[in-house]
Amino acid sequence: MVSPLFPLVVDGATVRRRGKVLVGPVNLTLSAKGTTIVIGPNGAGKTSFLRMLHGIARLAEGSVTWACDAIEARSRQSFVFQQPVMMRRSVMGNLIYPLCLAGLPRAEARGHAALAAADVGLDKMLDRPAHFLSGGERQKLALARALITKPDVLFLDEPCSSLDGRATREIETILMRANAAGTRLVMSTHDMGQARRLATDVLFLLNGKLHESAPAEQFFSGPSTDPARAFLNGDIVE
Amino acid sequence: MFEIWDGLAQAFWLVITLDSDLVEITLRSLHVTLSALVFASILALPLGALLAVRRFRARRITIAVLNALMGLPPVVVGLIVYVFLSRSGPFGVFGLLFTPTAMIIAQVIIILPLIASIAHQSLRELWSDYHDLLISMNTTQRQRIAALLWDGRRALMTASLAGFGRAIGEVGGIMIVGGNIDHHTRVLTTAIALETGKGDFALALGLGFVLISLAIAVNLAIHIIGRTEQEGRW
Repeated sequence: MVSPLFPLVVDGATVRRRGKVLVGPVNLTLSAKGTTIVIGPNGAGKTSFLRMLHGIARLAEGSVTWACDAIEARSRQSFVFQQPVMMRRSVMGNLIYPLCLAGLPRAEARGHAALAAADVGLDKMLDRPAHFLSGGERQKLALARALITKPDVLFLDEPCSSLDGRATREIETILMRANAAGTRLVMSTHDMGQARRLATDVLFLLNGKLHESAPAEQFFSGPSTDPARAFLNGDIVE
Repeated sequence: MFEIWDGLAQAFWLVITLDSDLVEITLRSLHVTLSALVFASILALPLGALLAVRRFRARRITIAVLNALMGLPPVVVGLIVYVFLSRSGPFGVFGLLFTPTAMIIAQVIIILPLIASIAHQSLRELWSDYHDLLISMNTTQRQRIAALLWDGRRALMTASLAGFGRAIGEVGGIMIVGGNIDHHTRVLTTAIALETGKGDFALALGLGFVLISLAIAVNLAIHIIGRTEQEGRW
């Protein structure tokens, strides 16, 4: 089934904070399939860019338009933050929260939550307070909580930035499974290996501007702009 | 020093023999203060949460006023409630002056700003944790407040206990609106004031020790029910 969300059309969208442009103006069209990886140096505006697409950063100019109406669009998206936000509840409590918000009866929500926890390997920890989880487990819980509503698009803001190799691999496995099941991913990362493993297309941000946007193979084999080339080579781009 | 020991002995005997007057005024103290606590909490905790999640024009000034009112002088509150409830006042027809209800009203007014202010302080921190997530999940304001109140319940218990502490030891306000009438509106604090005035220090001290024990017992009971010491940091 094709999601009614797409295509997403971003037209001249700009986010400002106290007069300073954080990101934009951005022009972009996003289609329904694939995994978009957002890369760029620190402060390039990756987080603001993702927040802007998700609709939790106020637009100063331009528009971000989904193919369906705004309320439905919001209910079909999820966001995973760089620092996972753990609610002061058990793992189960965290997982059923979005379902309860959607009006699902508690008992039914618990059934879904148990499956979702099993999917990310947290099934033995359902009753544990979420704050007692390790960093990798927290991020897995945040991911499971974001995926439990079966969103059409999932935004991830450097989800693996403080995780070790094994946890990163587990997260990537979950992401690829979600992607195969029809969730479009838009994810920022600093890990070029991860970008190569996951990306179908790449957005390169620099100083708040969308510098380059290309299919992954094309981008990694030969970026068309100098800053992107320098960034891929591991040079410091400012 | 003699009075202290005598007071302890009195307190001991009053409790051991379950002195009927003591039981009566202790229960009235609990009734007045716990009722005031329940009503004040029902109003103040959601107010604290609302101030945390909602940005409106008068927010800062509301918080500043609330903080200032934490130190509201009970005697003045008592006086104002007295004026409102007295026969010639706007609510005189209800005949509430010199009843436990009047005492509850005064105490609600005294502790409400304190509970709301402490609740707001702790929920503000929780909200800064939750802000992005709950906005991302597209929650309504009511759902945000509900999530804060539920997940911040331990911190809110502290806010309520602070209110309880202020109310159970309060004497000025309830003395004025209650009138310290025997078998009707006499509570532990007003009885202590009376016995001290009469010069019966031992009895006053005895009642004082009962009051302190009561405050500790209620605090402990609430902590045990809330299991604060067993489930980590919230």
